[in-house]
Amino acid sequence: MNLTLKIWRQKNANDKGKMVSYNVTDISEHMSFLEMLDVLNEELVAKGEEPVAFDHDCREGICGMCSLHINGEAHGPDRGITTCQLHMRMFKDGDTIHIEPFRAKAFPVIKDLIVDRSAFDRIQQAGGYISVNTSGNTQDANAIPIPKADADLSMDAATCIGCGACVASCKNASAMLFVSAKVSQYALLPQGQVEAKDRVLNMVNQMDKEGFGNCTNTGACEVECPKNISISNIARMNREYLSASMKDD
Amino acid sequence: MSKLDSKIPEGPLKDKWTNYKNKIDLVNPANKRLIDVIVVGTGLAGGSASATLAELGYNVKAFCYQDSPRRAHSIAAQGGINAAKNYQGDGDSSYRLFYDTVKGGDYRSREANVHRLAEVSGNIIDQCVAQGVPFAREYGGLLDNRSFGGVLVSRTFYAKGQTGQQLLLGAYSAMNRQIARGKIEMFNRHEMLDVVIVDGKARGIIARNLVTGEIERHSAHAVVIASGGYGNVYFLSTNAMGSNTTAAWKIHKKGAYFANPCYTQIHPTCIPRSGDYQSKLTLMSESLRNDGRIWVPKKMEDVEAIRADKLKPTQIAEEDRDYYLERRYPAFGNLVPRDVASRAAKERCDAGYGVNATGEAVYLDFQSAIERYGAEQAKLHGIENPSKEKIIELGEKIVEAKYGNLFQMYEKIVDENPYKTPMMIYPATHYTMGGIWVDYNLMTTIPGCYAIGEANFSDHGANRLGASALMQGLADGYFVLPYTIGDYLSDDIRTGSIPTDTAEFEEAEKNVRERIDFFVNNNGTKSVDYFHKRLGKVMWDKVGMARNEQGLKEAMDEIKAIREEFWKEVRVPGSADGVNTELEKAGRVADFLELGELFAKDALHRNESCGGHFREESVELDGEQKGEAKRDDVNFAYVAAWEYKGDPRDAELHKEQLEFNDIELKQRSYK
Repeated sequence: MNLTLKIWRQKNANDKGKMVSYNVTDISEHMSFLEMLDVLNEELVAKGEEPVAFDHDCREGICGMCSLHINGEAHGPDRGITTCQLHMRMFKDGDTIHIEPFRAKAFPVIKDLIVDRSAFDRIQQAGGYISVNTSGNTQDANAIPIPKADADLSMDAATCIGCGACVASCKNASAMLFVSAKVSQYALLPQGQVEAKDRVLNMVNQMDKEGFGNCTNTGACEVECPKNISISNIARMNREYLSASMKDD
Repeated sequence: MSKLDSKIPEGPLKDKWTNYKNKIDLVNPANKRLIDVIVVGTGLAGGSASATLAELGYNVKAFCYQDSPRRAHSIAAQGGINAAKNYQGDGDSSYRLFYDTVKGGDYRSREANVHRLAEVSGNIIDQCVAQGVPFAREYGGLLDNRSFGGVLVSRTFYAKGQTGQQLLLGAYSAMNRQIARGKIEMFNRHEMLDVVIVDGKARGIIARNLVTGEIERHSAHAVVIASGGYGNVYFLSTNAMGSNTTAAWKIHKKGAYFANPCYTQIHPTCIPRSGDYQSKLTLMSESLRNDGRIWVPKKMEDVEAIRADKLKPTQIAEEDRDYYLERRYPAFGNLVPRDVASRAAKERCDAGYGVNATGEAVYLDFQSAIERYGAEQAKLHGIENPSKEKIIELGEKIVEAKYGNLFQMYEKIVDENPYKTPMMIYPATHYTMGGIWVDYNLMTTIPGCYAIGEANFSDHGANRLGASALMQGLADGYFVLPYTIGDYLSDDIRTGSIPTDTAEFEEAEKNVRERIDFFVNNNGTKSVDYFHKRLGKVMWDKVGMARNEQGLKEAMDEIKAIREEFWKEVRVPGSADGVNTELEKAGRVADFLELGELFAKDALHRNESCGGHFREESVELDGEQKGEAKRDDVNFAYVAAWEYKGDPRDAELHKEQLEFNDIELKQRSYK
């Protein structure tokens, strides 16, 4: 198939940036979306032009490195997948595809389609861990049975790949889905209880400092999340946050 | 001729590690604050090492090329992690895990290292649970296990099909705690481009900031390379696009010996390639072989009908299917080790029975598992005389709970529903057992330079068993290196911080800058990928699943020729200031073009078949094992460690003779 691509080009963080049109031809429907961009980039290199810079690594939907706003949707039109798992069979011959970076104040553009998501790292550094040393002197792994239902819910939350699609999809650029997934993973496990109060307060505090917006229960994040993280995690985090705020010690 | 000292401690195998730990020198907590350690790579090995070293009190500088340490490619490991917990009571023990690993590695690994790995394996699970890793559990709340290839017990712990992700997030959370404390300084989007040696010791690195393009000097008292394997030398592999050998290759060029580069794992269950544009291959976890049965049609006319799209695999009768693994290896069936499964698939496809247009695909079929689970569920739910549809409905639910994300991944890529029609799979490059040579302390032949995880060669011999990579990465990082590195650093408590304004740093930085300047100014005619693809094709065709003398000699010459052309014709648009993804790739492919030749040379010299290295000249000619790989223990029971001498083909061989005191060397039979 032949396609018209309108791609955001921006030299660096200080450049203003603009949409640029490109045509690609003979695209196979079996190609992944990023392989289609590879084809474009090979053509640009052959012409001595700078290829389009985009983040990607594992290309199997797990590392969370790839991003892209495709025709107005984070990770494109398909559901439950990342951009690297999106295939060209989702498009038709003659289509025009708009490709932009994830947009949020807390995710400044580095170049073209690459954005800086280090705010996510800093939120996790504020408390997204259990304070146990890695000495190996812990108790036996089966010493605390954990109800399967809790373990499964915790796993569902832990599945988050930290790609930032929730932020990019939210009209407020809120990071609540991301933060609540991490808070929930630990809140559901007995190991996470000791620091539960500090964890939720510190992580939410850091989230606010990074300039993410508030949650207004629109639910776009859940729809666009490539890992189908549920917004019930946001409800859980709100409960945790409220009860942590009321406790005094 | 050998200058190699493996430093294996004396004493009985089972006591070596304990006795050794009791005797090594320690650094007191106050002095650890005076010592810096650089860790390159933040996967399971590098991430866990960074966290633990920082907890101990060392000042850690950690580097990764991704935008966050959480994205290292360990994250893509699906199936699980082995540990000798014997929770299932099925006869597992540290010794059995040790034995399985040495046997699975086709008797080409170091006994003492493997035993240590098995000893600490149980601790890894305890540690990860304490960190909040949500492993799969049974209804009683205890941890669940499954089986992996090459073993007869269930010792694999897992978190759905995302075990690597969960373990890496565990290590990342431990890192975050130390980053917050200021004990780890994290350098995201940085790539190490050389190691700096001062007075014979590794004392720092030169790194490029991939965002600003700045070339930076970083010093430390020790340098740990945890940069993973070199599978991307094949261009197409299951590795991440950015996975590369540059850090490992740079230390090799500065004196670290490279061991057994020809030991590469071609994983049997990957999604077959579909076209020339393909950028990578996707693994389908080995755990699928717990329930999936592998087959091709028995009759050539069925094969032809399938390729012509006139017949569906589900229409082929049971008796017309060749479950070739079950046929050839009745004891292990579909759960033979990876090297055996891959070669068997290649054998069938070479014989013409491949089931897709390229002729390079076999079926992985879940129908009988779905029916078996469905019948079991019907019974559990008290449904009498369930219909076939009901059984399938119930069975699909169980299969979905076990492998749902893998099935979804397959459907998105191939556009076929694997619940209804068998998956198509074919082997692909996945993991490299070879790597930087290290001694028992995990130190390379450069003093103060360590290699851990997939980057080193030590534990998997010539073939790695499933679910053992995660185990090794975390064992090295959490439980081995933090002890052994102290023994070396105890001599450095009075050294003070290492200055970077010295001639050695100057020289290393100059070389890095010259190479970058060359790339951006070369104005050639061909892209980096053009060369990478050509290299990959030579590697796959001649240094792939089956190798022979003539092919390997040709490969060495062809790779050399591609390399020479690369340095004339490569084109890197843009500048070195700021993000330049083509520049990053150029540096990595330049190193692959050297490594590839050494790889072929190693494969040529090892005139035996062992594990993932299959020489067509070395097969069993008769008896029950006819056609199987034939090892040559008399001549090749050693580690081949190569010393860099300029041109890769001039590398000098050093042999570390492998001694097996606890295990008898046997033909590896899975019949």
